[in-house]
Amino acid sequence: MNNTQVYPANSGKSGETERLSFPIVGMHCASCAKLIERQLKKTPGVSDAAVNYGSEQATVAFAPRTVTPQQLADAVAAIGYKAIVTGSQDRSADSIRDAEKRKNLRDLMLKVWIGGMATFLILLSGLPEMLGTAGRSLFPDPYPFMMPPAILLLLSSIVQFWVGREFYLATWSGLKNRTASMDTLVALGTTAAFAYSVAVVLIGPVMQRLGLRTDMYFDVASVVITLVLLGRLLEAKAKSRTGEAIRKLLELEAKTARVIRGGEEVVVPVAEVIAGDTIRVRPGEKIPVDGTITDGSSSIDESMVTGESIPVDKIKGDPVIGGTINKSGAFLFLATRIGSETMLSQIVRLVAEAQSSRAPIQRLADSVSGYFVPAVLMLAVATFVLWFDLGSFPFAFSNMIAVLIIACPCAMGLATPTAIMVGVGRGAGAGILIKDAESLEIAHKVKTIVFDKTGTLTRGEPEVTGVYFMDNLNHVVPDLGWQVPGDTKGQNFVSGIVKSIERESEHPLAKAIVTRLTEAPDYPVTDFGAVEGFGVKAKVNGIPVLIGNRKLMETNRVMRCAELDKKAIELESEGRTLAYVAVDGKNVALLALADTLKPESRETVSGLKKIGIKVWMITGDNEKTATTIARQAQIDHVLAEVLPAQKEAKIREFKKSTGGVVAFAGDGVNDAPALAAADVGIAMGTGTDVAIESAGITLLNRDLRSVVSAIRLSRSTMSIIRQNLFWAFGYNVILIPVAMGILYPIWGILLNPALAGLAMAASSVSVVTNSLRLKNARI
Amino acid sequence: MDRIIVTVSGILLIAAIYRFFFGKRETATEAGNALTVIVDGGYKPGIIRISKDKPARLTFLRRDPNPCLDEVVLPDYKIREYLPVGKPVTVILNPPHPVDAKIRCGMNMFHGKIITDE
Repeated sequence: MNNTQVYPANSGKSGETERLSFPIVGMHCASCAKLIERQLKKTPGVSDAAVNYGSEQATVAFAPRTVTPQQLADAVAAIGYKAIVTGSQDRSADSIRDAEKRKNLRDLMLKVWIGGMATFLILLSGLPEMLGTAGRSLFPDPYPFMMPPAILLLLSSIVQFWVGREFYLATWSGLKNRTASMDTLVALGTTAAFAYSVAVVLIGPVMQRLGLRTDMYFDVASVVITLVLLGRLLEAKAKSRTGEAIRKLLELEAKTARVIRGGEEVVVPVAEVIAGDTIRVRPGEKIPVDGTITDGSSSIDESMVTGESIPVDKIKGDPVIGGTINKSGAFLFLATRIGSETMLSQIVRLVAEAQSSRAPIQRLADSVSGYFVPAVLMLAVATFVLWFDLGSFPFAFSNMIAVLIIACPCAMGLATPTAIMVGVGRGAGAGILIKDAESLEIAHKVKTIVFDKTGTLTRGEPEVTGVYFMDNLNHVVPDLGWQVPGDTKGQNFVSGIVKSIERESEHPLAKAIVTRLTEAPDYPVTDFGAVEGFGVKAKVNGIPVLIGNRKLMETNRVMRCAELDKKAIELESEGRTLAYVAVDGKNVALLALADTLKPESRETVSGLKKIGIKVWMITGDNEKTATTIARQAQIDHVLAEVLPAQKEAKIREFKKSTGGVVAFAGDGVNDAPALAAADVGIAMGTGTDVAIESAGITLLNRDLRSVVSAIRLSRSTMSIIRQNLFWAFGYNVILIPVAMGILYPIWGILLNPALAGLAMAASSVSVVTNSLRLKNARI
Repeated sequence: MDRIIVTVSGILLIAAIYRFFFGKRETATEAGNALTVIVDGGYKPGIIRISKDKPARLTFLRRDPNPCLDEVVLPDYKIREYLPVGKPVTVILNPPHPVDAKIRCGMNMFHGKIITDE
């Protein structure tokens, strides 16, 4: 991605138009891509432009006689972004960031090594002194590793000003703006220790004459700087793993596509694919963009995008997702969504946004962070004054340094965001798309979950479960005087009539009936008409036919059939939807239909019950049908006969009456208002529609069991955040007073400044490492 | 005597620290359609005023090599951006704007504020 790329004539240049792809720096969302796209398109000489947010590339078709690449770059620069169109030295934002991070890590590593070695020598030199009287007797006299003060000063200066340079830079830049950070504390603490030691080396006798102690603190300053930097190195390494989810998603994007242009297959960079292109995908290849299969079929591994582990069989007309892998057959597909519009790009955008959002639990840390460092500075001064007045200078000095060194605001700052980053990423990897940190946080409090029935708990496609005819229909047909073609039996004739008529209908039940009666004969249908809300009527061979509900039969005074009526009562009690068939004014057949439960529904419901969540079902169906499905799914509570438009109001009412946090799981656009009304909306989506905007959580894999996983993920994330906050706050709240010497009067406990440095380094590392545990959490 | 000197100096120093960090008064800078924010020991300007119904474009230019400032986060807009030193990075804030939005560094040490005009 680090070079400007101009592609060959066939794919990139035609006549007066040239195509150019180049990286864009500074985009942060899909709307930036759109903005740049618009800016490029309105640049004179540009005939087309596409900007891909995911790959940070722009592809422009332009007339080189009218506009130059530099002018394209200027147009992009005019709206605040940078287009890298000249020279190979310029790089994309990703490569700049990665290169800078790598360099910082290398520098940090070198500083830790050199700081470590210098500190080791300083510590070795002062070891007998450090261990006191007992220590002095352990080592030979003269002690061979003892170094003269000037050498200690030299080694310590290297640590203080070269290894610890960044603390000074950060302190200075903060003070210019009247703010302070952890660096301020480290810089002040170590400088105090270092400066006092330098004074001892340079004017030791004078200080002695003035009654001041001549202890040196080179070891304290060096140990603290080295340890804090070591902590920062470990933290940087751990932090780089918290953002892996986005990197993995971006890596899914295909680099090239086999586009059919002018009847020939041309391999072009994926940024050059335009909507409407026909693309060939061979077995084992990545699907470059989103589209619809136009020829061929295959089995496609969509696990990387949807989390669905089993490859999905796709045939002509089925949608395909860019970034997924074609497992078996070759096929052609029509590109429908490219660049920032693809599902993968949208997922990347949503995950990135969610990782940057703020969880409500973070509020406390946010409000404390602005006051923390100045407060610690004031406490350090107070500590010095207190112990100087009650004790001695060395005592006061050492405690003041310990207070400055031990405070670790970083751990508080990292506690929530790192866990959110890892949690959201973990969800994305499992096909659970979380809209923002707030949704992830609220989900752990869910006490009740309401499932939409159709399409969520059930397949959403009704099936004919039985076809019933009046007794002896085959024998009585001749007596009815119907014009039956050839030797067709009565039952077969009625089936043919029903199939032929239902084929004309657009009702959702009609499709299921036609599918069931595929084998039945076809007849010409005349006078077809839908009776809204009741059924259909038509004529076959001149015979009038009615197909519909009981009301349709009653309104038309159809002659009833006793055994079919009896069957109807039995079927209704099982929750079936019924379609009566009346031929020539007589009820001769009955069809039973039902929407069947998804195989994983029962497991999901029992999983939710196990973790203490009440499960409800909401449906427009009548009480009987609703109760039957609920019983199959082992759901105890049902809200039946709720029209789609009433769902939102019902959910709001429900929230009020239960008082607890209510989640709603629905299957898409129709449910958007209810998804938005619930405390947590869980959409069974494909990742592209309006449902994602309304829902806090979207299950890309459409696997209902992921509802349980999403709640478990939320619970695990919140548990990690609480642990982090407990450690971060507890650490500061407990150890700062200890460093101030609060335990000294009772138990004689004090904190050595070097140990304080170790504790500070360990605290942020432990918070980040704890957040990384979410990567392996069981959800 | 030295105890009195140290105590009085300490109290004065505490007061000075308080005044230095908490006594600053900053006025909000009107962002208009676009504004460049200099990242140098914090965010300058630190308080930005934007219009209620208009998008605002903020370009962050980091001059400070302090690694604490290498990320800018606008959690209310779900934005997290890496800021290379010396290279402008633009973010667009689209309405609806929160009344009071935060700008902060990746570690929550440096802060800024975005106020929306009613």
